[in-house]
Amino acid sequence: MLRYMLKRLMSLVLSLAVASVVIFAVIEVAPGDPASFMLGVNAQPDTLAALRAELGLDTSKAQRYVNWIGGMLRGDFGTSYTYRTPVSQMIADRLWVSLPLALYALILSTLIAFPAGIYAAARRGKPGDLAVMGATQLGIAVPNFWFAMMLVLIFAINLRWFNAGGFAGWEDGFGPGLKSLTLPAIALALPQAAILARVMRSSLLDILGEDFMRTARAKGLNPRQALWRHGVRNALIPVLTIIGLQFSFLLAGSIIIEQVFYLPGLGRLVFQAISARDLIVVESVVMLLVFAVITVNFLVDLAYAAVDPRLRGRT
Amino acid sequence: MTRNLTLGAALSSLVLLAALISFVWTPYDHTSLDIPNKLQSPNGQHWFGTDHFGRDMLSMIMVGARTSIAVALVAVGIGMALGVPLGLTAAARKGSWLDEMIMRGNDLVFAFPSLVIAILITAVFGAGAINAIIAIGIFNIPVFARITRGAALSLWEREFILAARVSGKGAARISAEHILPNVANLLIVQGTIQFSLGILAEAGLSYVGLGAQPPTPSWGRMLADAQTMVSFAPHLALIPGLAIIVTVLGLNLLGDGLRDWLDPRIRVARV
Repeated sequence: MLRYMLKRLMSLVLSLAVASVVIFAVIEVAPGDPASFMLGVNAQPDTLAALRAELGLDTSKAQRYVNWIGGMLRGDFGTSYTYRTPVSQMIADRLWVSLPLALYALILSTLIAFPAGIYAAARRGKPGDLAVMGATQLGIAVPNFWFAMMLVLIFAINLRWFNAGGFAGWEDGFGPGLKSLTLPAIALALPQAAILARVMRSSLLDILGEDFMRTARAKGLNPRQALWRHGVRNALIPVLTIIGLQFSFLLAGSIIIEQVFYLPGLGRLVFQAISARDLIVVESVVMLLVFAVITVNFLVDLAYAAVDPRLRGRT
Repeated sequence: MTRNLTLGAALSSLVLLAALISFVWTPYDHTSLDIPNKLQSPNGQHWFGTDHFGRDMLSMIMVGARTSIAVALVAVGIGMALGVPLGLTAAARKGSWLDEMIMRGNDLVFAFPSLVIAILITAVFGAGAINAIIAIGIFNIPVFARITRGAALSLWEREFILAARVSGKGAARISAEHILPNVANLLIVQGTIQFSLGILAEAGLSYVGLGAQPPTPSWGRMLADAQTMVSFAPHLALIPGLAIIVTVLGLNLLGDGLRDWLDPRIRVARV
């Protein structure tokens, strides 16, 4: 297990290194000089030079890359070109919206998908199964931001149960903040739940065909007991992988959903940064997202190997 | 199930037909403004109503279908054109450094969701339909590479491949002449699924302003425009949304149907 972990850890570090080079290189090709963008067309050459020096733009590309990565490792993401505040602070503030939103959606999607998938698998081919499968087919086809708009129309505009947008903040306790994240989380969760329910169903159907399920029945368990004690537990392994992968999709998906609800999360930050050509912010947010995806995948791999020892031999 | 295939093919061809017809005819000019008739609900003159500039929604949906289909189709094309050869190469050289490099490269691209790629490209080159195509296309490459490699690996173990090797054919020729035709079905099914995912991704990107720019109509943009008016003109949001759902649902059903239909094992089981 230790050798497997070390090997995976090395490939994690390598992936992150290559990803950072790619992101840095792409941002580097961006036309225009941030300093002249900030100061406008009438800037004096010496002011421009001073600002370029202050932003560290007068050094070589390699040096800038080393500075960027070195800073990131110490938690220093640089200074925003437009706001002149530390990027790390801006990102940390926004993470308090985006991260709870993604987690909230992940929990909701699991809570919906598990019962639905188990129900469908237990009633394979019957009307209940067909209804669940039909609903998931529809759930996969619905764009989450459109679904979000429909939620706003029904629950915010017509029924007035929720605010149509904005974020209440965490200062007044858990309740108001959670409430303003509820509609966004439902919108994010439902399409993911549809996918997860299908995975749960097919994984459980595979297990139900195994010999040990017949043995469980033969030793006297009724279908329900056999399903829960031996079926669901074993079916969870592939499902957990998908949940891990979904987290990164939810984090990326929250970028779009934040636009619908005017939530001050990472998504708003990155779109504001794009329109202001605040490339250092874009660079850092993208790196953070990619870091999250790669790290979650790594953790899923490790969890998988811990559960299923056969996988450790493979790479 | 042939029911899936029929329904999926019907829905998909409906959308395709609407897009094709829009090249020669739309009920109204989708760019002509008619302010006195703005925000009309669906009625006899305007089947899908009009938007806040009085533009005919049906015409915009028809032209918007063009954008969606074009972006998704080209993105699938990019994914296949680059991903399939990579997958074939990796399978032919299984275990070599080339295989390892291709697969690790795949993993790396997977870490960049198409939205993130689109953000990067837009930050550098500005927004546009081309960038959406590239972003979705890049994300499709590892999908096709992986599925091709997986299917090809098991084919390489088969006797008919051994026979081809004995007859003196090289790895490249075997890949093209024997492996590729045998993974084609799988690629068609996956292509349909990626096509539907591409439609969704394009809608999302143009919704946040990273896709097709005005005046090119796109379903995602129509939804973005509708957002502030959804309380008094819900049809502005409902209709583009339903257009996306019908298209994606149609393609997904078509993909499922094709998989069942093209897979002989399932066909035998059904008989």
